[in-house]
Amino acid sequence: MAGHLFEVDNLNIEFRRSDDKVYAVNGVSFSIGEGGTLGIVGESGSGKSVTMMSCIGLIRSNGTVKAGTAKFEGHDLLKMNRKQLEHIRGLEIGVIFQDPMTSLNPLMRIGDQIMEGMIEHHYATPRDAFDRTINLLGEMGIPEPKTRFRNYPHEFSGGMRQRIMIAMALACEPKLLIADEPTTALDVTVQMQILALLKEQQEKKNMSIAMITHDFGVATNFCDKIVVLYAGQVMEVAETKEFIRRPAHPYTIGLKNSIIEVGQRDRALKPIPGMAPTLTSPPTSCSFADRCPLVTDRCRNELPVLRQVDGNHMVACHRAEEVLNHAV
Amino acid sequence: MAVATVSTQSGAKPKRSRSQFAQAWRRYRRNYLAVGGLIWVIIFLIAGIIGPWIAPYSYSHTDFLNVNSPPTWQHIMGTDNLGHDMYSEILWSIRFALEIAFGATLVSFVIGIVLGLWAGMKGGIVDQIIMRLVDFMGAFPTFFFDLLLVVKFGRGMGPILMAIGITGWAGYARLIRGLVLSMRKGDMVEAATALGASQMHIARRYLLPNVMNQMAVSLAFGIPNDLTVMAGLSIVGMGLRPPMPSFGNLVAQAGSMMLGFPWMMYFPAGIFALTLLSYLFMADGLSEALNPRGGD
Amino acid sequence: MPSEHLLQVENVSKRFRVRGKTLHAVENVSFNLDSGKTLGLVGESGSGKSTLGRVALRLLDADGGRVLFQGHDIGRIPKKQLRELRRDMQVIFQDPQASLNPRMTVGAAIEDAYVIHKIGTKSDRQQRVEDLLQRVGLPPSAANAYPHELSGGQLQRVGIARALTLDPKLIVCDEVISALDVSIQMQVIQLLKELQKERNLGYIFISHNLAVVEYISDEIAVLYLGEVVEHAAAEDLFKKPSHPYTQVLLQSILKVPDPQSETTQALMHIKGEIPSPFSPPPGCTFHPRCPFAQDICRTKKPEPRDIGHGHVVSCHFAE
Repeated sequence: MAGHLFEVDNLNIEFRRSDDKVYAVNGVSFSIGEGGTLGIVGESGSGKSVTMMSCIGLIRSNGTVKAGTAKFEGHDLLKMNRKQLEHIRGLEIGVIFQDPMTSLNPLMRIGDQIMEGMIEHHYATPRDAFDRTINLLGEMGIPEPKTRFRNYPHEFSGGMRQRIMIAMALACEPKLLIADEPTTALDVTVQMQILALLKEQQEKKNMSIAMITHDFGVATNFCDKIVVLYAGQVMEVAETKEFIRRPAHPYTIGLKNSIIEVGQRDRALKPIPGMAPTLTSPPTSCSFADRCPLVTDRCRNELPVLRQVDGNHMVACHRAEEVLNHAV
Repeated sequence: MAVATVSTQSGAKPKRSRSQFAQAWRRYRRNYLAVGGLIWVIIFLIAGIIGPWIAPYSYSHTDFLNVNSPPTWQHIMGTDNLGHDMYSEILWSIRFALEIAFGATLVSFVIGIVLGLWAGMKGGIVDQIIMRLVDFMGAFPTFFFDLLLVVKFGRGMGPILMAIGITGWAGYARLIRGLVLSMRKGDMVEAATALGASQMHIARRYLLPNVMNQMAVSLAFGIPNDLTVMAGLSIVGMGLRPPMPSFGNLVAQAGSMMLGFPWMMYFPAGIFALTLLSYLFMADGLSEALNPRGGD
Repeated sequence: MPSEHLLQVENVSKRFRVRGKTLHAVENVSFNLDSGKTLGLVGESGSGKSTLGRVALRLLDADGGRVLFQGHDIGRIPKKQLRELRRDMQVIFQDPQASLNPRMTVGAAIEDAYVIHKIGTKSDRQQRVEDLLQRVGLPPSAANAYPHELSGGQLQRVGIARALTLDPKLIVCDEVISALDVSIQMQVIQLLKELQKERNLGYIFISHNLAVVEYISDEIAVLYLGEVVEHAAAEDLFKKPSHPYTQVLLQSILKVPDPQSETTQALMHIKGEIPSPFSPPPGCTFHPRCPFAQDICRTKKPEPRDIGHGHVVSCHFAE
């Protein structure tokens, strides 16, 4: 396989609190290939956003990256200074967030906001940037781009605002797009539209996407590889097809069983008991052990490492083989 | 102190918790100016309470043998031109200042809470009328109004207290109405309504406790404000009628003798200024501690 | 009256006036709900489903039509009697944090219902609070916690416990699981189902999550721009979605693909967005987005029609 565009290795992040520390990310590693789509899936507090955002220097002030590397085209983003990061952000790596209203400037015309990035990064002259912005708005499916250029964010619906965010993120044709729950706040019909738009743009521009989501439906339909995070640790990584066919971590399986799908009226519910822990010390055993139906003494005493079970399928569970072979 | 350990079936780590008061105090403690302010305010309060007992002389006692005396062992802050002991005068001033400032603030506060709550909860025409009244009070020169009231009703404790009190409620009413308005449409009030709670119950159990923080802060800002108004009245000659001492009287009187007998100015003005500053630092610290913006 | 329903909503409308313009939040909606049954209200944002839930409890006053709860017209009974009636109708909110008083402990919040209705002695109430906490899966010690000390899932359990305090007959569940993590969502759904069985509760379950609504509901009403476009038994609706909007909604759900099949779901989509509720389109409100729209749809509003077995559709062409 060719070199990866983006490669995170053994990332560790801690957050200071008033009288303790939270170990939010503990030895996370994964990679995204050129043109690939990685789904980073997890529940709230799993560290899925923190992982990606800290790589591009967006981390809360009480957080520290303790160890690890995050290589973008071979250069470690975590070693870069603020200026270098700012250069890469927006030009090489685009970001879209869940709530476009809070990330758009309410006092600035949306057209100017889209142009700003291009001009600041010397990606285009102001005149070119203007033309490109009109084009982009059209491409994003915003009707009458020339008129809408002059509108302010509050004059758009939620779906339209998300399209504007995408236009901003794609303005400089980044190689990697980080999408942090981009459709969570949207209605289902609009979610479809936005995902289709992202897919279309990705194919056109051969861009890679890191899709941070809690939604298995979105991840499995949109991404070609999936990494599952729990308590700041990678539980499972696999190609989407393999992931659907043969999930190997009890947490992944529990999570998949937690989703109610259409046509399951008569199904019995088997929720995962309990709730996800907040780690105030580094993990020394399996963080899922307390909720796991397959727990053994070993799980409570020994931290399972992420290991290859089959092809590119990686799992952090002592009993992964048994699960795969239907022995349990 | 609420110590709750909550966990469902398993997995949840017990969470240590502190009462909200303890958390606020911890934040307050970090602000040295606020702590200094609090200490001075407490000293001021104690002086106000026990002042009449520890004052060596009555405020009307005149020592004709020691007129315009600089500080001595007998009169540690000196005397004025009538032989009043400045130390005693100041202790009594503190007492009167506290009585009037607290009383007036209480009056404004109660009027403000009632009208603000009423306007915020009822809305509509009631709200309109009350808010126009608030606007009127805001635009009106209240100090002038205070003067009128004092002229009409006399320069005693009661009239001054009431005058300052009934002109100072507009700010409280506006603040509380705004807070209530923002909560009235919220889920919390709706949930209480769904339980069958009356408007009274909602106001008492849900709205008031949630505006108390902000009210405490504005109270802390209100007291030094009333102290200033009171001193202002004295300086224009409409404060407490002598021989009852007040900071305003003492300072006004010292102003004319500043050149010859500066200590008459130093002690009352210094203590008064320090008190106002302390209140402001305390109020500032309180506002930060009770309404933290981000972080712990 | 032969068989009295728990709740009858008849031709209810609700409008809001916003800066001089009229927002049609709910238009002429009718439905019945029986004890022990669940009616699902589905729709996208702006469809009026939450407003409808509030009108059904008279947390908002209806502008037209009437709501009968156990035969009482709750729009007409006096305030005092309404407060008594509220014991029987409760609501659970999407964001439990926002619906709880941050300055009250969880125990006090639950106990407040007893205080309001002057039920029991202090120790009596505390016992009840403890029992309720236990019933919703929280330890008794949770009573001493403040809302900000609990997780989202725990808080939603508190919200449920509070709704149960007065032994209601009807509960409106307004997006109760949408703010929760998937693994927690299922715990809450399971709890709601158990409680319904135990206490013969009637639920109005409001959600944008169609699969969950299908799972929990007996009947489902699909709302679009404040109107019910389709109303049917849950099974019928999903087996034979007959309004084009319902069909679009169903196709928009992203399912985890079937492990056996090789293909993933096509990201097909419907054009346009929900029109502004300030100026709903003439004729069928869905016609600007409808793939099957004809001339008649642009001019004539379709009447609700029963296409068999109580499956009611408001579309000129449904059959």
